[in-house]
Amino acid sequence: MIPAIFVFLYLAAVLYIGIFAFRKARGRERPEDYFLANRSLGPFVFLFSLFGTNMTAFAILGSSGHAFSNGIVTFGLMASSSGLVIPLTIFLMGTRVWALGKKHGFMTPVQMFRDRWECGHIGTFIFVVQAVLLVPYIIIGIMGGGTTLNVISGGLVPYWFGGAIVALVVMSYVFFGGMRGTAWVNTFQTILFLTFGVIAIVVIGVGMGGFRSAANAMLASPALAPLLTRERISPLYYFSYTFIPLSAIAFPHILIFCLTAEKMNHFKKTVIFYPLCILAIWLPCVFLGVMANRVADVPQIRAKQEARRVLATQGKTMTPEARDELREQAAGDDVIMLLLQRYAPLWLAGLLGAGIMAAVMASDSQILALSTMFTEDVFAFYGGKRRFGEAVQVHTGRIFIVIITIVAYLVALRAPETIFELAIQYAFSGFAALSPLLMAALFWKGSTKWGALAVTIWTAASVVAVAVFQHVVPAPAPGPPIVEWSIGGAEALTRTPGGTAVFGFMPVVPMVLVSVVLMLVVSLLTKKPEQATIAKYF
Amino acid sequence: MKRVLLVVATVVLYLLHQDFWYWRTAHPLVFGFVPIGLFYQACFSVAAALLMWLLVKFAWPTHLEEEIEQQSAREDSAN
Repeated sequence: MIPAIFVFLYLAAVLYIGIFAFRKARGRERPEDYFLANRSLGPFVFLFSLFGTNMTAFAILGSSGHAFSNGIVTFGLMASSSGLVIPLTIFLMGTRVWALGKKHGFMTPVQMFRDRWECGHIGTFIFVVQAVLLVPYIIIGIMGGGTTLNVISGGLVPYWFGGAIVALVVMSYVFFGGMRGTAWVNTFQTILFLTFGVIAIVVIGVGMGGFRSAANAMLASPALAPLLTRERISPLYYFSYTFIPLSAIAFPHILIFCLTAEKMNHFKKTVIFYPLCILAIWLPCVFLGVMANRVADVPQIRAKQEARRVLATQGKTMTPEARDELREQAAGDDVIMLLLQRYAPLWLAGLLGAGIMAAVMASDSQILALSTMFTEDVFAFYGGKRRFGEAVQVHTGRIFIVIITIVAYLVALRAPETIFELAIQYAFSGFAALSPLLMAALFWKGSTKWGALAVTIWTAASVVAVAVFQHVVPAPAPGPPIVEWSIGGAEALTRTPGGTAVFGFMPVVPMVLVSVVLMLVVSLLTKKPEQATIAKYF
Repeated sequence: MKRVLLVVATVVLYLLHQDFWYWRTAHPLVFGFVPIGLFYQACFSVAAALLMWLLVKFAWPTHLEEEIEQQSAREDSAN
């Protein structure tokens, strides 16, 4: 129960930060102040809050879980590629979006697209697709909160109650603090995590008797040695993963965050330090996830390894449902928490649990982004702001925050977590496939609204197609994939144990490339915006 | 010329991410416990930060900043 007390103290602290931000902004109930912190964030808060926004439960729990099952490849797949691509896209596109936001007063990406391509309802369609891809994050955040509190309290706090507490706290500080409160909370969370990540690796390393002996013992074991190399992942799959970080700049909450900086200079530190922040958080998580395979005296970890072994040796003869059940048992998303429980003293486990909670609660930015998008792209666009005024617009945004949180909580109580984990996987590919919208809007005079519509329809259709394909064709046992379609002897479409492959690549590669081709071809065939509009951007 | 070099450096770093030469080996273990593949990718992250520093230093879109400053100055004088 002691670790749970630390987590509750942490929750109280973030709640206070939200209310403090509310008090600071009192009397300035303008949309720009509530939704964008009046475009006034300083360099320090901008760096840590932007980074914290991207560090979800997936980054902390998911990375160590993935490394537990797949080995060191996790860092190259998800972290170092992001460390190059994300700051590069912030440098190239984030700065331009910031400048356009300052110049023309944009608060959401859809506002910019509507103005850039002289369109109305196409913008609404882009909003709908973005919103649908974003909602699973909010649900999984609440689920993660419920699970974490349940585990940390040793089962004393039930899942439904833990989820309710997390939902209420997040809703409250977003409701009161708006962007300012969210940015401050994210900054606090990032610092907490950067600090305690280092402490965690030292404490667990000492507890395990040193990493040197653990690494050598893994090398000596034929079953575990491959986890210290990348031989379980194909180079094409590895290459495909470099397309996934393109999603970051297309996420509405990241793009909206880019509008909050006071000066463009503030981007400089963010761009330079982003790869180092990723290194500082992901390296310990991945390394501990791999090393967890050497922990022999934690029964839950042994059970996971046994499930993995049965899946590898007997998976081919099992039903798809039995295989899925074993996959769930073998999943390592809680290995970090298990290591903490085993090796950290109670008070430190509590502090580190609060740090994990910080990452799990990163759905705050998505909730605020959805609220900003709804009030600007729908409420204001369809006349609400004109008729009722700015104060009502902010109230509408707050009501939307309450509604979306309650709906997400109710869904989180009823639906199985795996569905939303899958939805998030699709969302990454979906937002990556939407990234050509932003590239075309900012760098190509010849792009048109019809090109944008084609990209958005393609993205929605391809995400649904991959989801349906993976639902209809169950994942095979570890080993060779199921070939569903081949052309001239080449495996065009295969169902792999981890997902889908198109000519050996992850679906995100053809999704992004087709988006680029569609934007080019359809724009070349259709009417450009007026010269005066183009002149605003180039 | 500076910009061309920066584009080349970015493409080269992207290609260096695909370090197939360390694909199937854990040796040597750096500091006695970090597999070489993981150490390489950690160094890659540091190299990415250095590249970002070069981009910020030599290719920063100063014109965007100047446009906004001029606009702010015009608005201030109008008020």
